[in-house]
Amino acid sequence: MKRLGFACCLLVTMLLASVPLLALQASSPLPTSSVTPTDVPRVANEKLNQLDQKVAAAQSSADNAWMLVCAALVLMMTGPGLALFYGGLVRHKNVLAIMMQSFALMALITVLWALVGYSLAFGGSGSFIGNFEHAFLRGVGVNPNPDYAATIPQTTFMIYQLMFAVITPALITGATAERMKFSGTVLFMTLWFLIVYAPMAHMVWGKGGLLNASLGGRFPTLDFAGGTVVHITSGVSALVCALYIGKRTGYPKQPMPPHSLVLSFIGACLLWVGWFGFNAGSALASNGLASSAFVATHFGAAAAALSWSLAEWLKNGRASALGAISGAVAGLVAITPAAGFVGPMPALVIGFVAGIFCYLMVTKFKAIFGYDDSLDAFGVHGAGGTIGALLTGVFAQALYNPIFGEGKPVGGLDGRWGQVGYQLVGIAFAWVFALVGTLVILKIVDQLTGIRVSEEHEMEGLDISQHGEEAYNLES
Amino acid sequence: MMKIEAIIQPSRFESVKDALLEIGIEGMTVTEVRGHGRQKGHTEVYRGREYTVDLLPKIKLEVVLPDSLVDRALETILKTAKTGKIGDGKIFLFRVEDAVRIRNEERGESAL
Repeated sequence: MKRLGFACCLLVTMLLASVPLLALQASSPLPTSSVTPTDVPRVANEKLNQLDQKVAAAQSSADNAWMLVCAALVLMMTGPGLALFYGGLVRHKNVLAIMMQSFALMALITVLWALVGYSLAFGGSGSFIGNFEHAFLRGVGVNPNPDYAATIPQTTFMIYQLMFAVITPALITGATAERMKFSGTVLFMTLWFLIVYAPMAHMVWGKGGLLNASLGGRFPTLDFAGGTVVHITSGVSALVCALYIGKRTGYPKQPMPPHSLVLSFIGACLLWVGWFGFNAGSALASNGLASSAFVATHFGAAAAALSWSLAEWLKNGRASALGAISGAVAGLVAITPAAGFVGPMPALVIGFVAGIFCYLMVTKFKAIFGYDDSLDAFGVHGAGGTIGALLTGVFAQALYNPIFGEGKPVGGLDGRWGQVGYQLVGIAFAWVFALVGTLVILKIVDQLTGIRVSEEHEMEGLDISQHGEEAYNLES
Repeated sequence: MMKIEAIIQPSRFESVKDALLEIGIEGMTVTEVRGHGRQKGHTEVYRGREYTVDLLPKIKLEVVLPDSLVDRALETILKTAKTGKIGDGKIFLFRVEDAVRIRNEERGESAL
């Protein structure tokens, strides 16, 4: 009697459980004719296992679909997002050159990543760098890598991370715009990727990494989507490059206004949309954390666009289109390390602060020191990344991402103010690492290919001198 | 034969062109130019950097006419191009040596 009651309960439970799973593909049906009452517990367990697997497969399926889309979105951020954003800001004789630099990286970094980059960033468990276990993408297939993203094929994780590796060096091209040799760019970027990006990515996101917050690093730095790895490294490197390569001929006396803010506008909007892939995708799953990061990202951008515009309105009496889009980008940069750790209201605050801070960096700070960071790669990415990483320590809450364990406090709002200290360690590390690495690489590249074009080539324009092309043949 | 070179406000161009057509003047060459006389330009600001733009867009209209039509053309242009404000532009007159029609190599006033 007890066994029958038990069997009835099980059958009812199974029926109820199967209702939400009606959309799934059916597996082989239960052989009903041969089930006897003594078989029921074993058969029920088998069925429950099958259902478990189907639920996991469904979640995996959702995660994988989302992550593949995110990888595409992040690639779009480089091409055409960044290409257009930067392209519109330079003079028309240099537009193809700046776009070509981004595009070349889309190709170059991809190949380097496939051969050795992924392995150096995510292989092994060293404190500073990976290893060669996944060189040539050996061992990277449809099976998930449980250390990084347990529900998606490792191939998906690899391709997603690749897009980050592509855009990071592309950001640096903004500082050396209109005067850097293409050959020098290609060599510099190859070395920078191997010497600065891969180790930094490993230290923050790789297993065993010194700064890895989720995998037990010694100095856990909260960096959800790459405030330190992407923005601080590229921004600081950009500053070093700008100082090394020197000012553009004629700067600052000769006016060099953007040749097409229309292109920059389109680029900025593509960056904003693409950033959802960058930040929300860093949840590595289609879940509540992705939603939370998505919202934080969007709110950060919006608040920063407003605050930069407000700053301009107060200073100049007018809000400009360039200011608004620059503000949005600054906000997106600042929210990058914070996206998956902070709530929506703090996201607004972070964005608002970043808009003002980056506005001051790009106008006042740059004018005081007089360096020619042509497209404000340092002013927006370096500065925005730094302030964002700092504020992440302040506003991170376990409520949004219990990264140190259930119930354990994360950042300042949880009372764990020491995290701001760890953020400072990560920030300082990124600064120093990028600074030293870039300087060394610049010296090497200057010896081998040279960095700066001749004055004649600079006057003529890089499109003609470096690529033999004119961007606009309007008379033809 | 005289050439009239009129540098006018772009916003007045359509009216000037139509008025000239009405008095029988069909041949003209039009160029988009930049320049200024006493008119001040404007300031543009890009990420905190100010640029003074003092060369303003204008339209340059060139017509070559037989002497008999010059006064009428001048009067027409003045009437339609004038707004009364600084920046209206200027008209210059040049004597022309000769004119040749490329199609049939006609010369002189009949080439106009």
